[in-house]
Parts: sequence; structure tokens; C-alpha cells
Amino acid sequence: MAPTACFNCKEARAVIIRPKNRHKLCRACFLEVFETEVHETITGTKLFYPGERVAIGASGGKDSTVLAAVLKTLNERYGYGLDLCLLSIDEGIRGYRDDSLETVKRNAVQYDMPLEILGYGELYGWTMDQVVAQIGKKGNCTYCGVFRRQALDRGAAKLGIKHVVTGHNADDVAETVMMNLLRADLPRLSRGTSIVTASGASDIKRSKPLKYAYEKEIVLYAHHRQLDYFSTECIYSPEAFRGSARTLIKDLEKIRPSSILDIVKSGEDMAALVPRDVNQAGNKCGSTVAADDDIGGCGSQNGRSSGGEMAAMEKTLVENESAESRETEIKLPKGRPSNASQQKGVKKQTLGHCERCGYISSQRICKACNLLDGLNRNRPKTAIEVSVNLEDEETSSALLKQMERAQLTNG
Amino acid sequence: MAAGASIPIIVEFTYRPGFPPFGGLELLFGNERKHKVTLPGSMEDGSPTNIAYLLPYLVDNLMQDQRKEMFIMEDNVYVGQICLAMHETNNHDSRPGILVLINDADWELEGEEKYELQPGDNIVFVSTLHGG
Repeated sequence: MAPTACFNCKEARAVIIRPKNRHKLCRACFLEVFETEVHETITGTKLFYPGERVAIGASGGKDSTVLAAVLKTLNERYGYGLDLCLLSIDEGIRGYRDDSLETVKRNAVQYDMPLEILGYGELYGWTMDQVVAQIGKKGNCTYCGVFRRQALDRGAAKLGIKHVVTGHNADDVAETVMMNLLRADLPRLSRGTSIVTASGASDIKRSKPLKYAYEKEIVLYAHHRQLDYFSTECIYSPEAFRGSARTLIKDLEKIRPSSILDIVKSGEDMAALVPRDVNQAGNKCGSTVAADDDIGGCGSQNGRSSGGEMAAMEKTLVENESAESRETEIKLPKGRPSNASQQKGVKKQTLGHCERCGYISSQRICKACNLLDGLNRNRPKTAIEVSVNLEDEETSSALLKQMERAQLTNG
Repeated sequence: MAAGASIPIIVEFTYRPGFPPFGGLELLFGNERKHKVTLPGSMEDGSPTNIAYLLPYLVDNLMQDQRKEMFIMEDNVYVGQICLAMHETNNHDSRPGILVLINDADWELEGEEKYELQPGDNIVFVSTLHGG
């Protein structure tokens, strides 16, 4: 077969077929087009402001490595004026995280960025290996997701940074859209699609600059720029539902490559239909929801609670509506809350702090502490001899210490 | 087998020059990232040796892991199609995961499994596995 010329420069040998439009590009043109598209995403959504300090959630995998490389390139090329650093979470999975953290350490040198590594062990008193030893492989992604979300926030707080970017790509977003569609969770679908997720559980902004980039192109970008990344899957297999959604997306991509971006687009359009109220109410469900927003291969969704959550929300909306009409009919004095609006008041949770660890949470006890409670209650006998309460205190004091340190650096 | 000069080529797995291999496809191939392979100049039917010949060749001759499906069935979007023909199985569970590059170009540009191998060719298998 004769070499194909690049669609863009018409000269060099094409080495890439873009999944989204089947354009055949040479290496140089591909790298440039890829970078330019990310740049357009960033400027189009006004993602950053000059001088902003941004932490890149870095796992050593292809997505976050490409994100770090592209952001560094764009920051220098277009003068964003960003202060970039790498933030890694050590979940404590031996044989998986150990090697990928080595990659992140090399990345820190290669990209000349400061690196902060925060471990589940030091944060929560439990590594993921220990969690799995305790609860088994089933459902462990929930723990990992909830813990990671807080860990990234805490890491950012520790560094005094208010913006964390993650390497979620178009495939990830499409997968999340599909999952939430399949379980009729429009509020979460809406939040998962948006490029910026202002978490209900903290003041730290999350965004995904690669949300329009195909996974395939990310791999090829890493390959053609010869980036140093770690490629393996988490040794604790992902949840079946997410896995099925992923397979479905990839099968669709095979038949019609533009499907992925089309699903992302559909997700955005559906998100626009979600009433603001519902969206906010969803956000205010606190750390549970915030943690579940963490999309990606090892996200934390398992679809258990979501259907009911949505139904409950709809019920509240209907109730509110009917309550309003009732209010006019019986002409209650102004300012005096009816039963129904009291109910509404209860639903609108205000953000407070977790009684255990002080982390921002709409619940009395934050999700992470709840999970820790369950874990600590079931510690192996040798550990239980110390008494459950003591242990709770131990872990929460470890958390408190972390938070104090975070606040100190913050101030 | 029909006569024909042998074809020396280089086969690489999750190619990242200059760095030690970490947990990629090479794990299936004796933890070696780079393999020198010499193929016969023509296949049994006398036609020039192509990629369709190379894939089962790698599994039979280079692969040290028993889990063949990690490379050519379950984990593979493109190569999976060829596998269907070769093994006459209908595996719809195929999970995409491996990109094939012929001299750094997407193999789709080179005719996929029909690409006729040339001496000195560089064939790279890149894992797109999730995780990161």
C-alpha cells in the first residue's frame, strides 16, 4: 500500500486516522491538532485565569500523563500563566500503585513540576489492600472512589490550591452518560457531563480539560510524543455495571467512531434540560453525591441508590408544586411556613463539617467516615481487642491531624 | 512452503523508549519489550507474508503467557476480527485494548491484516488499557 499523505499538510506520511472524523494526519499535524483542540476547550470554557494555581490529579496512567504534558505545552505556548503541580493519591494497592507512583515521580522531573503524594494509609488508616482484605473485592470501588475524592480535595487544600484537573477523556464521559441514562439519573448525568464540577462537598473546583479527547488519541499522543506512562489496570476489577457500559461504548465506537463524541454531546444537551433546582438539590446531597461524581474506570458508582434518589427528588418537586398551590388556596399568612415548605427546608441541606474529621459535609458524619466506621467495626479480632471506640478515635485523629496540617499550609 | 527470502522484523509491545517496561503488554511476552522476529518470505499458500500470519505466529512462538485471549481475543478491537476468522469463534465480548502500528502508522492506513511485511518493518502493539 502506498503511503497516504497527511490531510493537513499534504506532505508528510499520514500515521493516524482520527476517530472523530477519519482524517488522516502525519505525526506533527496530529500532535498540533490534538493540542489545539484542548486549547480551544480551555479557552472556550474559560477554564483557567492567569496566575491560577492548578493541581493535576496524576496517576501515572496515560490520561493524566498526557494531561500534564499538554497543559505544560499549552501553558508555555499560549502564556496561560498557570502554576502547575502534580497531585497523586496512593491508594495503597501493592503491585499497581507502587509502579505507577514511580512513573509520577519521573513525570515530576520530566515536566519540572512539584509533586505531592497523599496516601490512604496516612489519611484514613486503611490502605486499599487492607480494605479489600476486609470486605473482599466486591464493592471496593465505592470505598476507593469516596476516599479518593476527599483525598484529592485534601491534597489540594494542603497545597493551598483550589482547582484540580483530572484526565477524564471523552470515552469516560460517554461511559458516565450511558450509565446514568441506564439508571435514569439525570442530575448525575448532568454533573458528569459538565467540564467543571463544583463539588457540593468542598470549595475545590474540579475540571476535565480532556473531556473531548478520544481515549485512542490520548494513547497515540502519548506514543508519538514518547511520553513515559504506566499502563495497567487496577488489579481489583471494576464494577460490572461500569464495565458493561464501557464495552457498549467501545462496541459503538467500532461501528461508528463518532458515537463517543455524539454521546458526550447528547449528554450535554440532556444536561441543559435538567432544571436547576433538581441539579442543585442533587449537589446538596453532599459528599455521597460528590464522591460518586468521580467518573472513570475506577469510579465509585454501582447504581444502588441512584434510582431511589431520583424518584425521591421528583416526589419532592411534585410535593413542592402541589404545596404551593395549596398555599394559595388556603391563604396562609405570609412568611409562615407550611408543612410542605418545612419539608422543603429539610431537603435543602446546608454545608457543615463532619463531626468526626471536620471535612466539609452536608451530613453529620461524612461519607468517608461512615465507610471507615464500618471498616473499623469489623477489624480482625487482634485489633478489636483495643475496643472499637478507641480505634475510631485513632483514625479520626489521624484525619484531624491531616486537616489541621492542611489548614495550616492553607493559611 | 514456497521459497522466498526470510523477513527480519522488529516487534514491540507498549513501546516507550528509554524507560523500563512497566506492566504493559510485554508481560505476556516474557517481559521483553522488543523482539527480533524472522518470518518466512511467503506463507503456506505462496502469497507474501502478511500481518494475518504474524499474529498467530506471535502467539505460538513468542508468547509465554497462557492467556492468549489477553492478546488476540478479549483485549483486542482490531486483531479480534482476525481472531474470529482464525479460531472460528464468535467472541462478542472482545474488549478493545490494543492498537497496532506498522512503522508507527495506524495499521488501518496500511491495509490492516493484509499488509505485506517488508524486511526491517517495525510492528508495535500499544495497549490502550484503562487506568489513568
